[in-house]
Amino acid sequence: MSMATTTVQPVERENYLNKEYGVGSWLLTTDHKRIALLYLISITFFFFIGGFFALLIRLELLTPASDLVQPDTYNKLFTMHGQVMVFFFLIPSIPAVLGNFLVPLMIGAKDLAFPRVNLLSWYLYIIGGVMMLHCMLTGGVDTGWTFYTPFSTAFSNTKVIEAGLAIFVAGFSSILTGLNFVVTIHRMRAPGMTWSRLPLFIWAHYATSIIQILGTPVIAITLVLVVAERALHLGIFDPKLGGDPLLFQHLFWFYSHPAVYIMILPSMGVVTEIIACFARKRIFGYSFIALSSIAIAVFGFLVWAHHMFVAGISVYAALVFSLLSYAVAVPSAVKVFNWTATLYKGSIHYDAPMLYAFGFIGLFTMGGLTGLFLAALGIDVHVTDTYFVIAHFHYIMVGGALMGYLGGMHFWWPKISGKLYPEGWARLAALIVFIGFNLTFFPQFVLGYLGMPRRYADYSHMPEFQVLNVLSTAGATVLGVGYLLPMLYFLWSMRYGKPAPDNPWNAAGLEWMTSSPPTTFNFEKEPIVTWEAYNYDELDRAHKEEVKVAG
Amino acid sequence: MPDSTVVGLHHEEQHHPELLHHFAEPQQQRDAASLGMWIFLATEVMFFGGLFCAYLIYRRLYFGDFGAASSSIKAGLGAANTAVLICSSLTVVLAIWGAQIGRRTLMIGSLVLTMLFGLTFLGIKGVEYKEKFDEHHVPGASFSFDHVPIPGHPDQYANPRHAQIFFSLYFIMTGLHALHMIIGLGIFAWLLFMAWKGRFTPEYYTPLDVGGLYWHFVDIVWIYLFPLLYLIDRHP
Repeated sequence: MSMATTTVQPVERENYLNKEYGVGSWLLTTDHKRIALLYLISITFFFFIGGFFALLIRLELLTPASDLVQPDTYNKLFTMHGQVMVFFFLIPSIPAVLGNFLVPLMIGAKDLAFPRVNLLSWYLYIIGGVMMLHCMLTGGVDTGWTFYTPFSTAFSNTKVIEAGLAIFVAGFSSILTGLNFVVTIHRMRAPGMTWSRLPLFIWAHYATSIIQILGTPVIAITLVLVVAERALHLGIFDPKLGGDPLLFQHLFWFYSHPAVYIMILPSMGVVTEIIACFARKRIFGYSFIALSSIAIAVFGFLVWAHHMFVAGISVYAALVFSLLSYAVAVPSAVKVFNWTATLYKGSIHYDAPMLYAFGFIGLFTMGGLTGLFLAALGIDVHVTDTYFVIAHFHYIMVGGALMGYLGGMHFWWPKISGKLYPEGWARLAALIVFIGFNLTFFPQFVLGYLGMPRRYADYSHMPEFQVLNVLSTAGATVLGVGYLLPMLYFLWSMRYGKPAPDNPWNAAGLEWMTSSPPTTFNFEKEPIVTWEAYNYDELDRAHKEEVKVAG
Repeated sequence: MPDSTVVGLHHEEQHHPELLHHFAEPQQQRDAASLGMWIFLATEVMFFGGLFCAYLIYRRLYFGDFGAASSSIKAGLGAANTAVLICSSLTVVLAIWGAQIGRRTLMIGSLVLTMLFGLTFLGIKGVEYKEKFDEHHVPGASFSFDHVPIPGHPDQYANPRHAQIFFSLYFIMTGLHALHMIIGLGIFAWLLFMAWKGRFTPEYYTPLDVGGLYWHFVDIVWIYLFPLLYLIDRHP
């Protein structure tokens, strides 16, 4: 669909961006939209730090010998790449930026239920982030992002305590965001905005918030125990002192498996909005998509031990966890089938957000299906701790979560900034990201299946792996260009972009019924909702009639 | 979409001074605050839940050692603290009731009593910590738990390393609980200040309600900690 300007924008309409100026008006704001932008700037910063580590990892693996960095340094690189990307980029990405911006707008509220708590959560994120930066600048940490004991508590001589505390603090930021969303969705909906009229983006965020609320405290206490054990030599996780390292793994994965759903569920919400809009159709199976989000959140809590199949858990436990892991595939597949059914006979428009949504469906499906390989006990034993696992979870976290994030950023950028981004460049970037991503990570499936272990700087005893590694590094370079482009043209558009109309996509949803960018309290008048979500049939009919009258 | 579906609601009627701008009515604000606190308490349950999980696993693994270590703590002081906390929960309820019926003295007096009970709890806890410190039961380099018989098996001694795990959990669990008490005292000092300034009326006492929920939760954690840490293997 072309971005037809249907309304002419007065130049200086008051909105949340130009209402006040100055550093203080940003750092002390309680406006959810401004806090979303604060998050956007901070997570972009951490994304590029994590990306820098990824670049160094890929450069090291260009040759079989460990020649760019020492193996010890390499250990720190993949550890800090993981910790920064997981805890300081992916977990806050969609919820804290797009969720913060859109949840009140989509349900017709003036703000989140607790605006000051929302600001507090950003400050907690920043404090945790500064602690993490300090940890990285003063030596870093080399335990792997998983902090496995007893290595992390008794053997590693790096900054484990600092990294643990940084993630502990950032965790509370995540908890408070989830808490705010749940209360907001329960208590702040506009008149007529019933649960069955909520956009599916909101359902996805509701499910995500449940995981943030119930999962994050468990990793918080686990990190407290790791820090206490390391500082005071307590012996809770150290087998030499009678402790049980498996307990650590149970507690860690009890959060860190559902954490994957914190990353992917919001992305699914974004994709649902985009697909309905660019297929110009009512979403197929609304309640199935809504409830499958909740089902993923619930099942997600019951599968953590599939990370521990080779760690020495009982075979019966492994059997049950394998079965439950298969069960998660059901609600995930329900979503994919519903998106496909929505596309069927839709009038599809290939704008940039839709390209990302298509990318998401393909890559998420591949990531999800290879997840089933890993949930199967026999295959898991073969590919545990190989690049197969790395490729699998990057297909979910980068191919899934990050594609959704970029798609959402493009879809709502006119609303966020009040400016249109250059569509041609955006389509090109989407294509580059998709190609670069597959070139980076598909060879890693093959590498892993052939037996290349993860976390090794040196594979000189198996030089035949070099070709695939070179492909992967080349892909990472392409991917890096694909990520730089949107940042550049988004920044460009803020100054030079055309002013965005209120509803450039002619999309359904309350967020498109207010001005672009919205005013501080979002709506001129409190909206009253009398229609279901995704009423594209009605929207397009109204549009056609308008044209007829005008013609 | 026809424009007629978006109709403005006008809130020209008098706003309660405590009603924040983004809420439509006081009831919505009250519900949001109370739901927010309940969800926060759910996160607290999961936070302590990890510790209870660790406790249960090691209690099962090192059954006798945990019994021996637990019996070395004096149950009297713990029981006294249990009573103190139950009384403090009563005074919290009285403070809310005082606000509801508009009796300022009852409200402020109960808040002061609550804080006194809280401080008493922390004082007694300090005495207990001091005792454990003197007995070298604090985990670390100076820890010693030698030749302590396992209750019911006078011929067997507890393994000091396993007893140290008990004491690690004891100090982390009671320590985090004490930290929650200290935060609770901070909250109640602020509530007392607000009450003193006359901010609470029978129409508006949400902070008292929500702060009270937090206080009751911290009490309940103690109600579980007390038997698990003090009473698991007591014999007359």
